Amino acid sequence: MFRYFAGRLISILALLLGISVIAFLMLRLIPGDPVMALMGTQAADAATIDRLRHQLGLDQPMLMQYLTWIGHALQGNFGYSYSKQRPVIELVADAFPATIQLTAAALLLSVSFGLLLGSWAALKRNRLPDTLGMGVALALMSVPSFWLGMLLILLFAVTFPIFDVVSGQGFSGLVLPAVTLAMGVIGFNARFVRSSLLSAQANAHVVTARAKGLTPTKVFLRHVLRNALLPVLTVVGLQVGNLLSGTVVVETVFSRPGLGRLLVDAIMGKDYLTVQAVVLIIASIYAIINFIVDLLYPLLDPRIARR
Amino acid sequence: MAVHSTSQGTVRWRFAKFTRHRGLMIGSTIFVLLVLSVLAAPMISPADPNFQNAMATFGPPSLAHPMGTDAFGRDMMARVLWGGRVTMLASLSVVVLGALVGTMLGLIAGYFQGVVGFVIMRLVDLLLAFPGILLALAVTAILGPGIENGVIAISIILVPVYVRLVEGATVEVRALPFVDAATTLGAGSMRIILTHVLPNVLSSVIVMTTTWLGIAALWITALGFIGLGVQPPQAEWGAILNDGQMFLTLAWWMTVFPGLFLALFVISVNMIGDGLRDVLDPIIRD
Repeated sequence: MFRYFAGRLISILALLLGISVIAFLMLRLIPGDPVMALMGTQAADAATIDRLRHQLGLDQPMLMQYLTWIGHALQGNFGYSYSKQRPVIELVADAFPATIQLTAAALLLSVSFGLLLGSWAALKRNRLPDTLGMGVALALMSVPSFWLGMLLILLFAVTFPIFDVVSGQGFSGLVLPAVTLAMGVIGFNARFVRSSLLSAQANAHVVTARAKGLTPTKVFLRHVLRNALLPVLTVVGLQVGNLLSGTVVVETVFSRPGLGRLLVDAIMGKDYLTVQAVVLIIASIYAIINFIVDLLYPLLDPRIARR
Repeated sequence: MAVHSTSQGTVRWRFAKFTRHRGLMIGSTIFVLLVLSVLAAPMISPADPNFQNAMATFGPPSLAHPMGTDAFGRDMMARVLWGGRVTMLASLSVVVLGALVGTMLGLIAGYFQGVVGFVIMRLVDLLLAFPGILLALAVTAILGPGIENGVIAISIILVPVYVRLVEGATVEVRALPFVDAATTLGAGSMRIILTHVLPNVLSSVIVMTTTWLGIAALWITALGFIGLGVQPPQAEWGAILNDGQMFLTLAWWMTVFPGLFLALFVISVNMIGDGLRDVLDPIIRD
């Protein structure tokens, strides 16, 4: 048990270190002088450039530069955005809640509908609901989210004005973006839940449970679903990443102010410090969520921690 | 190898497995139709996709312009067909590039293992820590916008996925007795990798490539849609949809038609991917 947790902890720390190194190197990989790149179109005199170079620690060895940078980042100091004339941390803090709200709502939708659609298909295997459900799942996975979002806007802005299309922070503005973001993942989850259930159903103990006369519902809930949930949990953890990075597109469609939108604007405006901060933050959240998923495993399957 | 050991009957039986798979056949049909229509763009829609006509802006679908015209009076059908060429070629380049580099690194990591394998696999873990399109966006931030950079950026996401798949398969194949036999007979590493290991991992690589072609198309168009892919006035499905977004409620045809083509393309590719997996990879099948 202890070894399992210690092992997970070491690997997440190594991963976070690696993520931060990549985010750090990003700025160094930009062709040309990083200071000039950061200033962008802003004209600057030699004194300002020297000051900034010193501030960023560019006159120091690489390792010192990294340590200074990560030390500042851990204290919430990601530098200053010259294009927006504000500290990067403020831009991130403003955009953060909207993105977390959207991702959480989409996660809820994709897990619940994925489970429903997938279980339904598995229970009615090779019959109409299965064929139909899996067809729908494939279509959901294939349709580009930005197109789907635009169709929803078209439908709800023009034909049925029920939800806010220009999104505010409220519930009404959250529905369409969350549905748009969740669709592809619903399709993926449904397919995964179905195949996971089918392989759990093939286990010998399920046959035994049926043979001793348990009702199909009890067999399903106690013996099939529980065994099928473990791989599903892993996949859900991984899908959080797709949802987080998917906000880039969905926030653009619905002009929702969030991290994704911030990232795109920063890339366009060559606001590298903001790009660096957003990439670091999203990848770290993703790593931490998968760490939590790893910690949940032993609760579902005690054998894992004993290995 | 399969070619000289199978009789004609077996070949026919194998072919029947493909033709009997309904999803595979439907997917391939849609796919071929889309590719043909895009290739035949000069015949179907001889209009220049970038020809602007100030007299015919925002024209709804009509006989002269079956998919309407856009804000500059450009023929939407020409843009959709010509743009499809760019999207399809870019998506194909992404998977080919990713598959080549990823398979090569995976073979090296799986065959030699040791320090080289360890380093490659840890780098793979690290790259996989950046979810979805995030890494591609970071790379685009460094390289700058444009379709070539987009192709590079997205193929970088695919590399670690292929490395993982091929490395795992290579480790397995390497442990099989016939590889030992080949080594005993004096075959070098290069020869063993190319003639014994590669053919055995190839079908997994092919299945994976079809699966990722659809995702590559979604990501390439997402970059185009955000404005980081092809630059105006060039037509590409994602970029066309970006134009459409601005006039969504004014001109629905600017959004509906290009999106429909893109969705059909991805659906057909995914159907082919599922079908190939069923036929070629019986282990994953449920």
